[in-house]
This record gives sequence, C-alpha cells and structure tokens, in this order.
Amino acid sequence: MSAREPLGPDDLAATVARDIPAGSFVNLGIGLPTQVANFLDPDAGVVLHTENGMLGMGRVAHGDEIDPDLINAGKIPVTERPGASYFHHADSFAMMRGGHLDICVLGAYQVSMRGDLANWHTNRPDAIPAVGGAMDLAIGARETFVMMSLLTRDGRPKVLPRCTMPLTGVECVSRIYSDRAVLLVEPDGLAVRETFGTTVAELRSLLDVPLVDRTGEGG
Amino acid sequence: MTTFVATPTEAVADVEDGATVMIGGFGTAGQPVELIEALVDCGAGDLTVVNNNAGNGDRGLALLIKEGRVRKIICSFPRQVDSQHFDSRYRAGEIELELVAQGNLAERIRAAGAGIGAFFTPTGVGTPLAEGKEVREIDGRRYVLELPLRADVALVSAYAVDDYGNLVFRKTARNFGPIMAAAATTSIVQVRERRTPIDPEHVVTPGIYVDRVVVVGHPLVPSVGAGQ
Repeated sequence: MSAREPLGPDDLAATVARDIPAGSFVNLGIGLPTQVANFLDPDAGVVLHTENGMLGMGRVAHGDEIDPDLINAGKIPVTERPGASYFHHADSFAMMRGGHLDICVLGAYQVSMRGDLANWHTNRPDAIPAVGGAMDLAIGARETFVMMSLLTRDGRPKVLPRCTMPLTGVECVSRIYSDRAVLLVEPDGLAVRETFGTTVAELRSLLDVPLVDRTGEGG
Repeated sequence: MTTFVATPTEAVADVEDGATVMIGGFGTAGQPVELIEALVDCGAGDLTVVNNNAGNGDRGLALLIKEGRVRKIICSFPRQVDSQHFDSRYRAGEIELELVAQGNLAERIRAAGAGIGAFFTPTGVGTPLAEGKEVREIDGRRYVLELPLRADVALVSAYAVDDYGNLVFRKTARNFGPIMAAAATTSIVQVRERRTPIDPEHVVTPGIYVDRVVVVGHPLVPSVGAGQ
C-alpha cells in the first residue's frame, strides 16, 4: 500500500489495528496508541490489558457507566468486556514481564535503528521525571510496536542512529508505525514495509540511517 | 490477628514521625482517603511515602504532601495534570523523589512481603534508573538487581472484610492493596463493609496480612480526573 499523503492519527491507528492478529493479548499505551482500540474488529477477540490490573478492558465509560473503581492506566474511566478479570499490580507486571502479552503499542520521542526506545524523559532541566509502566511495557511484551510521527514539530527525525534522550528500553522495538512509513526493526537494520505520501528515496534523505526497501515498489 | 477499630483516627493514631508508609491506590482508584486524612490530623511528619503517584487534586495523599508531612516519596509517576501540591514542593526542593519503574515498584513491594532478599529484573536495563545497580547476564539476557521495599505501615482501601480479616477488592481499585498489606509491619485497611461470610474461594487478601480494619462506608473518592 502506498498512500498519497502522510497518514492522520486515525488512519495510523487503523493501520496498527489491522496488524494485530485475532485473539491477541495487547497493551495499548497512553496517548496515541489508545486510539488503536477504536479500530479493532470487536469480533476478533483481541483482549486488552491495562497495567493497573485488568484484562478484558472495554471502551471508555460515559455518563452513568463511570465507576471510580474502574479506570485505565491513563486514569480514564473505562468499561469491562465479557471475560474480564482483575489482579493486583505485581501480577499485572509479572504477566507483562513474563512474556505473556503478545503486543504492546507505545508512543515515542525517539527510536534508534537497533530498536532502542526513548519515551519517558525529554531531558529538559525543569521537567519532573515520571516513568510509570513504560520501561516494563517496552521490554515485556513479545513484540513492541511504536506509534509516532516520523519527524518532530520542527522537522527533525525521531528515528536515529542512536537515541539522544534517556532510554526506556534497549533493542526492544520491533516495528515503527509512523505517519510516513512503517519500518521493521530487523537484525541487520531497518526495513521499509510501506510508505505514506513519500518514497523510500525521500525517507533515506530525511533519516540518517540505512534503510532496506521491502515495499516491493523498487527503488 | 485482625483488630477492628471504630474510626480512621484510632486506626492511624500510633503512626510515628519518620515512618515509612505505603499508601495503596492508582491515582484515586483504591486510595484510602479517610485513613490518609486521619494521618494528616494525627500530626505525624517526616514520612517516607510509597505510592504509585504523588497525589491528585487536594484530597488524600495530595493533602498529606500539601501539609508538608512527606520528606520523601517513592513512586513511578509523580507528574500528573492534578499533582500541583507535589510539583510545587518538588520544585522548591522540599520533597525527595525516588523514581522507580512501575513494575519494579510492585515487585519490590511483593518481594518484601514474600521474604525475597533481592531479584534480577530485565526492566530498566540500559536506562538511567539502573545506574549504579548490579547488572548480570543470565541465559543471554541482561537483568538489573533490585531490592525489596518494606514499610512500617501500609494504608489500604478494600471493598469488604469478614470477621477474620479476609479482604475482597473491587475492580481496578485492587492495584497495590494486596502486596502493600503483606509488605508492611502493620497493615491498616479501610473497607466499605464488613460481611461474614466471604466465600473462602473469593478471598483476595487473607486475614494473616491484615492487622487493623476500620469500616468507613462509602469512601470519599475524589472525582476521577482525566490524564495520567
């Protein structure tokens, strides 16, 4: 697939959702990744995990459904799906660290060409550091997908030879879903699976990293 | 053996200055607001607090921080949209922060209650939170050594208790409650109701981990705030 323009947030979320196999156990990180839930086929049996102690998380709660005892990791009130279960925090992270979750989708500030992830600390001197579950999520699931824009607001690449921000996890990202391309992190480097409103040649000029072309479109 | 007391004030009256206090809850879900505010009233200070966050809004843990009773907080996610009391004390250098990855925080608490001396975890390897800690390669993967986290007192909110101190929780308000009850020398629990029997198959936290209980009825839960 080769879209004419870079993807908007909804199309990007839909692209990630299409790649989540039926029956998977999945954790969606706070922010942009949360939107992936809106594009999952309800009949596909994908089970959502939230690290504050729940499997089978449903959609956001509205009105009378709001229950202060039932929130997601972003502290938003949610609902439960049939088959839901609750467990304490140590079990929830054991489940994650123990490799029982199939996929985790996270946002990122930077990803390196070998799959290092930086998504918790901008290094700004006035920032109050907060890590939450990011480090556990990054290394816990069998596969970690990153969802982000390819460039910062001022046009600098977020895919780099090495991350310059403090790391969340080392060699943990398997795929990068960005508005301009889906990149696969492979043992010998990054491969381009598809592009959106750009070409592999343009990506090579934007990013300071070697890219293997797997779009099947030549170039 | 579990003791039942009549009021939150009575439940926390013997918490001493300088104590390490674990406080259950993830944001406001499961936060034992009545016990925390009784602790504010009883005057204990110079506290080290273990919680996932650093207070929300103006009630509960946020009030304890606002009143200057917390010397140090050990948590994973202090910065939130409504953590203004922590933020101002932190920026003023009036509160010490030990930042711990959330899963390592939970496992350190669990390890303390389970008598584990330390554990190797893959979480945090290669990051600033592993600096200065022992890293060991086991079967080709690198792990960092983390130590258990104990407390003098745990303040926990559960849903119901039976006459034997057995607890059940409700939905995602369970979060840190069961592991904190096991990791503290004295665990103090507020519940909505006392009812016997609780089906032994449904008990989440057995009474062996529960020292003191106060029934508060429907708890004061600050409104659920959006954002982390």
